[in-house]
Amino acid sequence: MAGMTVIVRTISRLLFPFLFLFGAYIVVHGQLTPGGGFQGGVVLAAAVILLLLAYGIEGAQAKVNALQAELAESLGGLILVWMGLMGTIVGIAFFQNVLPFGSLGHVLSAGSLPVFNFGVGIKVAAGLLTIFYAILRIQGEEEK
Amino acid sequence: MSLNYIIAMLLFTLGIYCLLFKRNIVKMVIGLQVLTNGLHLFLISLGYREGGIAPILAGEMLGRGATAEFAAAAVDPVPQALVLTSIVINVCTMALALSLAIYIYRHYGTLNPFQIRRLRG
Amino acid sequence: MRQAVALILVLAVGALLVFTVNAYLLPFGTFPERRIGGFENESVGKRILEDAPITTGSASVVTSVVWDYRGYDTLGEATILFTAVCGVAMLFRVARRRA
Repeated sequence: MAGMTVIVRTISRLLFPFLFLFGAYIVVHGQLTPGGGFQGGVVLAAAVILLLLAYGIEGAQAKVNALQAELAESLGGLILVWMGLMGTIVGIAFFQNVLPFGSLGHVLSAGSLPVFNFGVGIKVAAGLLTIFYAILRIQGEEEK
Repeated sequence: MSLNYIIAMLLFTLGIYCLLFKRNIVKMVIGLQVLTNGLHLFLISLGYREGGIAPILAGEMLGRGATAEFAAAAVDPVPQALVLTSIVINVCTMALALSLAIYIYRHYGTLNPFQIRRLRG
Repeated sequence: MRQAVALILVLAVGALLVFTVNAYLLPFGTFPERRIGGFENESVGKRILEDAPITTGSASVVTSVVWDYRGYDTLGEATILFTAVCGVAMLFRVARRRA
């Protein structure tokens, strides 16, 4: 799949950091504004897919491999389950809010909710990217 | 006689019509999406309060710490959380359905569900 | 002929849905009241709105409902997302030919 013209490539390369920052902002401020893990993960995936559409498959493969995307999705799921197991280790219940609360309305508040949002954000972004790569038939090895 | 409920049920009926009367698998998937959108609109409209604010404690009410006043003026947060979950599950279902549609086209050469009857080679 | 009967049935179902929603639901915009058929109970949303900023520590009540009061549902949803990605990756895997 070939890339696009010079104008599209330049603009998408310039826009990519801002899109990534916006997606990270939505994920991190999940307990203060509408948003959270799922919505921010979709915006992050859209930023990477914009680069993939503008530069073609080869340029995107050099940046984020298909194998790296699958590993990142599993890592996000592991963060989610490990944070839930912390509740069992401390001794209250599975998936309980066990980190200290902080003050209401600041970024580092609400206990283990920011960690949940972070894990699910990585999981959704990497999952959508894996689906995109798989439908375009980019896996580890191709048939020789 | 509220507009939200009527439009939600009209979208639902339009989705059912698309599922029954179209002879293309991709169009039927689009009909499923329209049906689900109508359902989500209906669910969120169930929790509305007249003159209510969004269920997020921010700005001036957060500075005062007025949780009782906030609880008396906010809309219902539970249907919104359920619709969030439902949207993500809908995305997963549509991804698998469209992948199967690609497979069907590659194997049978047609996307008409009435011509895909016998299992071939 | 069969298509005309099916079209009339779909329109009838649509009219039935619109009529039921307008006649048998509580009016639009009356959130804490839950009176269905003379049976009155307290809605869960009202209690969650009163408790959530202090019990959970998060300013957004929707996020605390998604992750704290209904955390198991979100865990199941993450599992469904993982299963769907595995399914799509399995469907499009290129097989290696044995030489």
